Amino acid sequence: MKTAAVILAVSVVAVALALLKVIPDYDVGLATTAAIMALFVMSLDLLSGFTGLESLGHASFFGTGAYVAAILALHGYDNALVAVAAGAVAATLLATAFAAIALRAIGPYFLIMTMALGYLPWSLAIKLRSFTGGDDGLSGLPRPQLFGFSLESGPAFFTFTLIATLVCGAIIVGIGRSSFGTTLRGIRGNASRMAALGYNVWLHKYACFLISAFFAGVAGALFAYYSSFVSPDVLGVGQSAEALVAMIVGGAGTMFGPALAAAVLMLLHSTVGSVFRYWNLLLGSIYIAVVLFAPNGVLAASRRLASGRRRA
Amino acid sequence: MTLSFWTIQALNALSFGTLLFLVAAGLSLIFGLMRIVNLAHGSFYMLGAYGALQVLTIVKNQLLATAIAVAFTAVLGAAIQRWLIERVSGNAMQQMLVTFGCLLVIGDLSLIAWHGTPAILPVPDFLNGTAILPGGIHFPVLRLAIIALGVALVIALDQAQSRTSVGAMVRAGADDLEMLSCLGVNVRTLFVCVFAFGAGLAGLGGALGGIFLGVAPGIDLELGLYAFIVVIVGGLGSIRGTFVASLLVAFIDNFSKALFPAVSMFAIFLLLVVVIAIRPTGLFGRRALS
Repeated sequence: MKTAAVILAVSVVAVALALLKVIPDYDVGLATTAAIMALFVMSLDLLSGFTGLESLGHASFFGTGAYVAAILALHGYDNALVAVAAGAVAATLLATAFAAIALRAIGPYFLIMTMALGYLPWSLAIKLRSFTGGDDGLSGLPRPQLFGFSLESGPAFFTFTLIATLVCGAIIVGIGRSSFGTTLRGIRGNASRMAALGYNVWLHKYACFLISAFFAGVAGALFAYYSSFVSPDVLGVGQSAEALVAMIVGGAGTMFGPALAAAVLMLLHSTVGSVFRYWNLLLGSIYIAVVLFAPNGVLAASRRLASGRRRA
Repeated sequence: MTLSFWTIQALNALSFGTLLFLVAAGLSLIFGLMRIVNLAHGSFYMLGAYGALQVLTIVKNQLLATAIAVAFTAVLGAAIQRWLIERVSGNAMQQMLVTFGCLLVIGDLSLIAWHGTPAILPVPDFLNGTAILPGGIHFPVLRLAIIALGVALVIALDQAQSRTSVGAMVRAGADDLEMLSCLGVNVRTLFVCVFAFGAGLAGLGGALGGIFLGVAPGIDLELGLYAFIVVIVGGLGSIRGTFVASLLVAFIDNFSKALFPAVSMFAIFLLLVVVIAIRPTGLFGRRALS
C-alpha cells in the first residue's frame, strides 16, 4: 500500500514534469493554483469533514500563511522552505487562540464563531496599512529560491508546489489513517461516547484544529508566492465558504474527493471567472445545485445514479 | 466633548441599535426555531432597501413602497425556505451553504438590476425635519421615529412570544420539534411563516435603514455580520437578548468610531470574544447545548 502510494506520487510528479515541457505558462499557473487549493481544502476536510468541526473561518489560516510569506518576501528573505514554514507556524499560532475560543461552542455555534473570528484577521489586514498594504494588499512579491535553485519560473515553482502538496497531502491522509485519526472519526460520530471511553475529546479537537491550520498556512504561503500578490480577500469569508463547498462537492471526509473538487472549482474560477462578469451568480447557483442534488458529493451522487441505472 | 455631543452620539447609537434589532431579531428567531444559520439574512436587508427605492419610482408613496418591499422580501424568504432550505432539513451545514448560495446569487442579481450604484432613500415628508429636545439639542425626527418603532416592536415581539399561541408554538418548537408536530401543529407551515416573518423584518430594516445609512453593494455582508455578532452576543433565539445585544453593539460601535476610529472594529470583536469566553451561549442564551 505504502510503496504503491509512493510509486503513484513519483509517477504523478514525473508525468507533470514531462507535461511542463509542452504546455504554455498560463496553464502551468492554473495547475499551480489547483494544487494549492487542493491542499487548502484537504486541510479543511481534516477539521470539518473528518472530525465534523464545520468551520467557516478557515481562510484566516490560509491568509495568515499568505501574508507572512508575502511580508518575508518583501523584506528579502528568499528561502522557500523557511518562508513556507514561517507561514505555517504563524497560522498555527493564530489557531491556538482561535481554537481555544471557538471550541467552547458546538455545532452551528462553532460555525458562527469561526466565521465571526475570521473577520478579525480580515479587518486587521485592512487596518494595518503599513504592514499589509490595507485594501490594496501587497504586490510584486519575488519568488523564493530553494538550495540555490531559483523558483522564479512557472514550471520550477509548479514543481515545488506539487511536491509540497503531495507531501502535505500524504501527511494529512496518514493522520486520518492513524489511531489519532480514528479517534477523530469517533468524535465526529459520537463525542460523548468517546468521552465516556476515556478519550480527551477537547484535546483531540484542539490538536486537529492546529494541524489543520498548519497545512492551511502552508497552502497560503504557496499561494502568496504563486500569485505574487496578496489582498484581504485571501482572509475573507468568501474564501472559507468556497473551500467548504469544494469539500462538500467532493464528499466530506474522503480527503481525495475534496482535493479533486477544489482543483476543478479553481480551474472553473480561473477560466469562466475571467470571461463571465457575474462569477458569484454562477458560483452561488453551483452551491445551491450541489447541496440540493448531490448533498453527499458529486462522486457519491454519480455512483448512486450509476447503481440506480444498473438496478433498473 | 459637551453634553450635547454625548446625547447626540447616544441617540445615534440608539437608532442604529433599533435598526440592528430589526435585522437580528429575524435571524435569531429563525435560528432559535429551525437551527438554520441564515447567511442570506443581510440580502433581505439589501433587497428591502433597493426594493423600496424601486417601488418608490412608481407609486410615490413611501409608506406604500415600504409595505410592498417588506411583502416582497417576506415572500422571497418563504420561497427560499419552502423550496430550497426545506429540502435539506436536518443538515445544518448544507442549509447554511444553501443560504450562502442565495447570498451570492442575490448579491449579483442586485448588481445587475441596480448597477451597483450607492443610493439613499428619501426622508418621508411627515418625518422630515429636526426635533428640539430638552436642553436645546437638535435631532432628526426620522431617527426618533425609528427608535420609537424599534421599542414598540421589541415589546410587541416579546409579548407575542410569551403570550400568543403562535409564540407558544415557536417556543415549543425550539425545545422539541417532534413533540410539537405530534400535537398536531403543522411544523412545515410554521417554519415557512417564521422564515417569511424574519425576512420581512430584515426587509423593513432595509427600507428604514436605507433612509439614513443608504444602500450599496456589500451592505448585505456588512449588516449580516453585525446581525450575527448581535445574535451571538445576545444568545440565539432570545428576543430580549437580541435587543440588549443590539444596543450594546450599537453603542460600542458608535462610541468607538467617534472616540477611537482606528480601533472601532476591534471593540466589537473584543465584546464578542469576552462574551463567548464567559458565556458560550450568549448573554441570554440557554445553558444547555446539544
